[in-house]
Amino acid sequence: MKYPKQVFTSLLMIQLTINGEVKQLHQSINIEQFINQNNLQGKRIAIERNGEIVPRSQYAEHYLTDGDHLEVVVAVGGG
Amino acid sequence: MDSFVIAGKSYSSRLLVGTGKYKDFTQTRAAIEASGAQIVTVAIRRTNIGQNADEPNLLDSVPPSKYTLLPNTAGCYTVDDAVRTLRLARELLDGHKLVKLEVLGDPRTLFPNMLETLKAAEILVKEGFDVMVYTSDDPIAAKQLEEIGCVAIMPLASLIGSGMGILNPWNLQIIIDNAKVPVLVDAGVGTASDATIALELGCDGVLMNTAIAAAKNPVLMASAMRKAVEAGREAYLAGRMAKKIYTASPSSPVEGVIATSTQQH
Repeated sequence: MKYPKQVFTSLLMIQLTINGEVKQLHQSINIEQFINQNNLQGKRIAIERNGEIVPRSQYAEHYLTDGDHLEVVVAVGGG
Repeated sequence: MDSFVIAGKSYSSRLLVGTGKYKDFTQTRAAIEASGAQIVTVAIRRTNIGQNADEPNLLDSVPPSKYTLLPNTAGCYTVDDAVRTLRLARELLDGHKLVKLEVLGDPRTLFPNMLETLKAAEILVKEGFDVMVYTSDDPIAAKQLEEIGCVAIMPLASLIGSGMGILNPWNLQIIIDNAKVPVLVDAGVGTASDATIALELGCDGVLMNTAIAAAKNPVLMASAMRKAVEAGREAYLAGRMAKKIYTASPSSPVEGVIATSTQQH
């Protein structure tokens, strides 16, 4: 039996909204891995997942799951 | 030493400055240095993901070890956005509690939405934040914010970034007279004399960004603002003379003026 391609991929892909942009991952990774993949390690950032702060010390414990909303912020100039 | 206290910490500089609108971080740092400010505001924004990995970070130029950073909620129009932004700021700055709350009501005037501001202040105070709050120059709202537990009340002098100066000194005076926490003018200062007037009125300090950053020479204006704030504070402490409306009073002795041909006896 032949499944439509999108059904097959939806089983493998997870969809995230990161800083308002939809992104897809091939497998679930934790936030520490996400940071490393995006060259954010060592940067002064803060992360919110689905409206809740993810403390820096817990990055490795939080695995991203389908439908997650992430906000990744920095300090910028402002008054 | 003439200092003032916000949330239990003493500051000798009554000039608080922002970090927005500068040409680059080198200029930002030079202007802050020249201003003598100890409290420096920053905004919290989404970072670029997977691009510009080597982009310079503001906090390298304005290190939290040297300055008291004051993360703000500029651009937030709802309670939820403002509260979430400051929770992120607290995480970003390792548990830092001092924050500047502003909840805006209108993108054209950037007037605060006071109903939302009051609600957000209540939540943040309950969560242990030390809230310095941007407010309209309404003495009742200012009092309510103080009663909620805000650590400083920061009424606008005129619209954010407008440089229109102090438009309603009378309202500011009422707010100052009623307050038991520091009152700082936040927004509207355009030039040095505006800052001086704020301090002469009895404000504990002034927070500004555009007046310095948008000057032709920001570093020189930062230096001018430092002196203006000091001058205004000293004049306030000295206590100004009473105004005598339409009545001159010579400063030199009336007696002993040399005779002139027109002198009458």
